[in-house]
Amino acid sequence: MDADPVLLARLQFAFTVVFHIIFPSFTIGLSAWLATLGGLWVYTGEERYQLLMRFWVKIFAVSFAMGVVSGIVLSYQFGTNWSRFSAFTGDVIGPLLGYEVLAAFFLEATFLGILLFGFSRVPPWLYTLSAAVVAFGTMSSAFWILAANSWMQTPAGHAIENGIAVPVDWLQIIFNPSFPYRFAHMLNAAYLTTAFVVLGVGARFLLEGRHLSEGRTMLRMGIGLAVILAPLQLFIGDQHGLNTLKHQPIKVAAMEGHWDGSKPADFYIFAWPDEKAEKNRFEISIPHGSSLILTHSWDGLIPGLSSVPPDQRPPVTVVFFAFRIMLALGFFMIAAALYGAFLWWRGTLFQTRWFLRIVANAWWTGFVAVIAGWVVTESGRQPWLVYNLMRTADGISPVPGATVLGTLALFIVAYGIVFSFGIYYMNRLIKQGPDAGGHGGHEPGFLSGNPVAAAQSPGRET
Amino acid sequence: MGSMEMYLPLIWAALIGVAVAMYIILDGFDLGIGVLFPFTKSETERDQMMRTIAPFWDGNETWLILGGVGLFVAFPRAYAVIMPALYIPVIVMLVALVFRGVAFEFRTVSRSKTGWSFAFALGSTLAAFSQGVILGGLVQGIAVTNREFSGGHFHWATPFSFLCGVALVAGYALLGTTWLHMKTEGQVAARAQRQAKYWLIAVLVFMAAVSLYTPIAEPRIAARWFSLPNFYFLWPVPTITALVAFACWHWIERGREVPPFLASIALFMLGYIGLVISNYPYLVPPSLTIWDTSASAGSQVFMLIGTLFLLPMVIGYVIFVYWIFRGKVREGESYH
Repeated sequence: MDADPVLLARLQFAFTVVFHIIFPSFTIGLSAWLATLGGLWVYTGEERYQLLMRFWVKIFAVSFAMGVVSGIVLSYQFGTNWSRFSAFTGDVIGPLLGYEVLAAFFLEATFLGILLFGFSRVPPWLYTLSAAVVAFGTMSSAFWILAANSWMQTPAGHAIENGIAVPVDWLQIIFNPSFPYRFAHMLNAAYLTTAFVVLGVGARFLLEGRHLSEGRTMLRMGIGLAVILAPLQLFIGDQHGLNTLKHQPIKVAAMEGHWDGSKPADFYIFAWPDEKAEKNRFEISIPHGSSLILTHSWDGLIPGLSSVPPDQRPPVTVVFFAFRIMLALGFFMIAAALYGAFLWWRGTLFQTRWFLRIVANAWWTGFVAVIAGWVVTESGRQPWLVYNLMRTADGISPVPGATVLGTLALFIVAYGIVFSFGIYYMNRLIKQGPDAGGHGGHEPGFLSGNPVAAAQSPGRET
Repeated sequence: MGSMEMYLPLIWAALIGVAVAMYIILDGFDLGIGVLFPFTKSETERDQMMRTIAPFWDGNETWLILGGVGLFVAFPRAYAVIMPALYIPVIVMLVALVFRGVAFEFRTVSRSKTGWSFAFALGSTLAAFSQGVILGGLVQGIAVTNREFSGGHFHWATPFSFLCGVALVAGYALLGTTWLHMKTEGQVAARAQRQAKYWLIAVLVFMAAVSLYTPIAEPRIAARWFSLPNFYFLWPVPTITALVAFACWHWIERGREVPPFLASIALFMLGYIGLVISNYPYLVPPSLTIWDTSASAGSQVFMLIGTLFLLPMVIGYVIFVYWIFRGKVREGESYH
């Protein structure tokens, strides 16, 4: 069988990485949210914070498990499908991944044990501290992964010796030109994604008329976060865009669907890029829009796709549409957050049912925006695996295409099963609400006795 | 070769050796629990078995990532040869670990535990088996041309690698039974004590089979063990193994709780040391040594600085968490 191993290896990586990124974008934010709730609980001693924390820990556990198992797959895929890439870049990005495991992953995985099972064994402050340590761990994890990914986008601090990349300056490698923007953009995306999930669940409870106190708390905290993070994300994204224009101009041209670099660029709200004809069809545009955004001048020039031969262009259609999906969802989140803040200020946040209905159904927006953003940045890097250093086609393993196809099918089936059940269980946990198990009211001494035993009653499963 | 280029790869080989050993011990007993799942019908007892490992398994599995990433960091050219060569067993292991990993959470939130218990048992057993196959595939040698894997796609699939696969399943089950006997009470502990003896016998049979087969099949391994003066230094390895096995049996019979677990760990480590002796200094037998595949000194030093600082911290808080969850599992202890 002459299945194209490059395409299949890319498909397999794309599939496994998209599946994986869903969970870190949630657990990075959720662990910070858990630590915040824990802090409020320890500080105020209020029951609702503790109830909320214990409720979200269950959901966290399910999504963390899926994040961990899909992450292990990725860490080995560098070798299985991308062995030539590993041989070429191992000296540079190997240590970045090594630091991720040693400085971040162990921290998360170990203190997770306390967060999930230590409630009756450790005092509240240590329990809360464990949540904070997990939150710090997930954040540092993102730091190292983004450093490695950014180096592949904007390599710096290395030299090529005997056909492999070797480190010269570690600070330049880690803090490569696009790293600060990427890290800030991703971290903010993770917190924003979580804010919208919390918001959605809070709104759902209010609409259903149950868990009202916890629902209001979630709604307030979610809006409070989103109203800061959503506009901030627009600003970070804009800065990131300018950075990309400087270092990966052709990627920006693909995002903009901009072919001819000799004239000012319009911003296309919609268009259908035709890669063969090297122009767009069905354009709806804001004249000079992209020139204004990217160069801050009416007639500013930005490089066009036609300035490089076709074999050096990314897949324009994919990048173009993924970018628009991300933008649209970003603007939706800004609008929802601002309007929510307005309602809160007016004192009608909890009664405006149409608004509650919208946010209750918008819990997924952050996830899709994150995936779309990654598609933009990774597809936009094509045909390079390491920008201007190694082509994607040169990075794969000497493994037959049929094998990659077989294992891709295996991953699709396995992840399909796992993901369906995961969503189903999470949804059920949310349905059960914060006081599932019925240990309402006061919990006497979490150190003595066994408060969780009540939650283990047979009624829980019904 | 400067002295730094001489010693750095050695230090790194030792560190990765430690990570792999930690993995075998720690994830070994929790994979073993899954292997033992089919030997009980009661979901309540399975709950009890699972609770002994629930707070730890995630941290335990991280050692596997450290082993894989460590190889990528310190010996990228070995990593790039081994992974494609053992592609299928590696992927099977990963998919098995996916099902096994989510089973921990899904089993507790699902209405019917049976399905996820099955996934946990099958996932654990298959992961253990694949790890044995990977090990066997490595020991029997990997074809390399121009520093790239050049063998056939199923070269790893030999009777020897399958033997190693079954051996590792039995080994993990032994760790699992002795761990359970230490961490549980009542029925589960009693059954674990009974089963431990059978698994111990199985492990000894497999260890003997592997120890006999490798020197017969691989002349380089025979030369390592049976030439003089090596033989004078190496004969204690099998002797100590026999003594530890005897002590382990004795302690299981006497119903001791901690010593049989420690003895099974010791058995594992002895087998592991045996493999290291057989294959040193090859990282990809029979052609690439640790020096052939080593990362540049700059990469190894950069990572070593962090490791010397971070690894003791990791070990410190891992011990702390084991200490927090010390003793027998308590009834009904969970976050659900």
